[in-house]
Amino acid sequence: MEAKGSVFKYGDNVDTDVIIPARYLAIQDPKELAEHCMEDIDDSFVKRVNKGDIMVAGKNFGCGSSREHAPLVIKVSGVSCVIAETFARIFYRNAINIGLPIIECKEASEKIQEGDEIEIDFDSGIITNKTRNETYKGQSFPEFMQRIIKNEGLVNYINSQEG
Amino acid sequence: MKKAMTITQKILADHAGLEYVEAGQLIEARLDLVLGNDITTPVAIREMEKINKDGVYDKDKIALVMDHFTPNRDIKSAENCMCVRNFANKHEISHYYDVGKMGIEHALLPEQGLTVAGDVIIGADSHTCTYGALGAFSTGVGSTDMAAGMATGKAWFKVPSAIKFNLIGKPSKWVSGKDVILHIIGLIGVDGALYRSMEFAGEGIKNLSMDDRFTICNMAIEAGGKNGIFPVDDLAIEYMKAHSKKPYKIYEADEDAVYDEEYTIDLSSLKSTVAFPHLPENTKTIDEIKEEIKIQQVVIGSCTNGRLDDLRIAAKILEGKKVDDNVRCIIIPATQNIYLQAMEEGLLKTFIEAGAVVSTPTCGPCLGGHMGILAKGERCVSTTNRNFVGRMGHVESEIYLASPAVAAASAIAGHIAAPCD
Repeated sequence: MEAKGSVFKYGDNVDTDVIIPARYLAIQDPKELAEHCMEDIDDSFVKRVNKGDIMVAGKNFGCGSSREHAPLVIKVSGVSCVIAETFARIFYRNAINIGLPIIECKEASEKIQEGDEIEIDFDSGIITNKTRNETYKGQSFPEFMQRIIKNEGLVNYINSQEG
Repeated sequence: MKKAMTITQKILADHAGLEYVEAGQLIEARLDLVLGNDITTPVAIREMEKINKDGVYDKDKIALVMDHFTPNRDIKSAENCMCVRNFANKHEISHYYDVGKMGIEHALLPEQGLTVAGDVIIGADSHTCTYGALGAFSTGVGSTDMAAGMATGKAWFKVPSAIKFNLIGKPSKWVSGKDVILHIIGLIGVDGALYRSMEFAGEGIKNLSMDDRFTICNMAIEAGGKNGIFPVDDLAIEYMKAHSKKPYKIYEADEDAVYDEEYTIDLSSLKSTVAFPHLPENTKTIDEIKEEIKIQQVVIGSCTNGRLDDLRIAAKILEGKKVDDNVRCIIIPATQNIYLQAMEEGLLKTFIEAGAVVSTPTCGPCLGGHMGILAKGERCVSTTNRNFVGRMGHVESEIYLASPAVAAASAIAGHIAAPCD
């Protein structure tokens, strides 16, 4: 599995309230909800994002609320992967559970800049920065989580176990 | 030889059917309670419908609380509650709480006796960590985890390592649980406990009321913690006996349990503490605030500080005083029982006479839902738990997190003020 796209770069402690403000949480349609993705810190994100693009941030990405709407709107916006130095734990769980690829990588988080062209190989965890001719090694997932990711989320994983 | 474990590790080991677990281990644990609210449950229901399994694992071990955008703030919120109500009826969920019976979930569930020591609880709400005050392992998850929990009665966890906080001494007047946890978050940062347990210990615990402990565990998530947990003492046992018929089990940390870090917090040295915008870690003690920070709103309530102790403190300060003319003071008892008790004690009269408004239980303004949204440039002193950009309204509004004492004193002063003013 691979991802390829240009980068939207954010800082530390990007919280779920700016990823998807609570005032929109009554909306159930994921596409309508995604129209407000990142609105409170980057109101041009929705206009600029293309399918496959990659989000890169600093520490504690997705801190705050447990709202699964946060990884969901990022995924529905077309983002193929989020790279951060660290993720807040509920966001981490939610991303895996809904099948949004995420990678923890301090070096990538520090060196990648807005607009860089990035390729990610999920099997090896290798992140290639084509703009800067650099590669970084992301942390690989424990085998159990890889099984959930390969099933594209917890629901499919449970169904595969039951089957 | 028996290996040492923290309180959290012992609870998780027992619920995974294992003698011993260690930090980093992935386990599947049996759940004693699965919780959701009106925002997260509709998403969970949608996910649950995709699971090839009929029904819920145990209709008595699911709690659905309509507290966030209720009483319904708009048509979409009404439809979301209807979706959950229909689900609750269909599956005969015992603990479904709608307007009239509902309260803010993390104040309501302990009060209703649904959370006791030794439980493993997941909730599709980040502040589910509150129940650690009673010695339960409880943690926030997303809607898909909630769906899986409702269907299977199980959840996967990575066993956390822990930070130990030794609490000593006795807090001075006006210093409460909120100041303790804001101090700790200021100390270790908003990711200081990331993926880890925050375990509290020490003789100072006896000087903290149950409501203080709920507040402290409630905000473990604001330090990135997986859970916050207190040892069970006589006060906790008394609370559980008064509220619950559920059997409880007390787990104690081994004396040689391993902690990543240890801090000693002298409660007697703490001062009223305020977290400045836009992170809970931006803390200052009240005496460090030199400038006059004018405010337009005060909110006293939420799953963090909407309990009876909180209202009593606010009333003590507001008694016979008036809220500043330029301030809207919104007070939200967290549950119907707290509301009723506050009425019987005359607290509501005090609030109304002071010029504050008293609301039905709701999460409302805490997450910028309704019942107290901020305009551009407005400032609010709030007893809630987050001061992120745009959390309570406009992206250029500001939230200052504080205790009920500071909030009440600030409402009177019209600016951020110490309770002794």
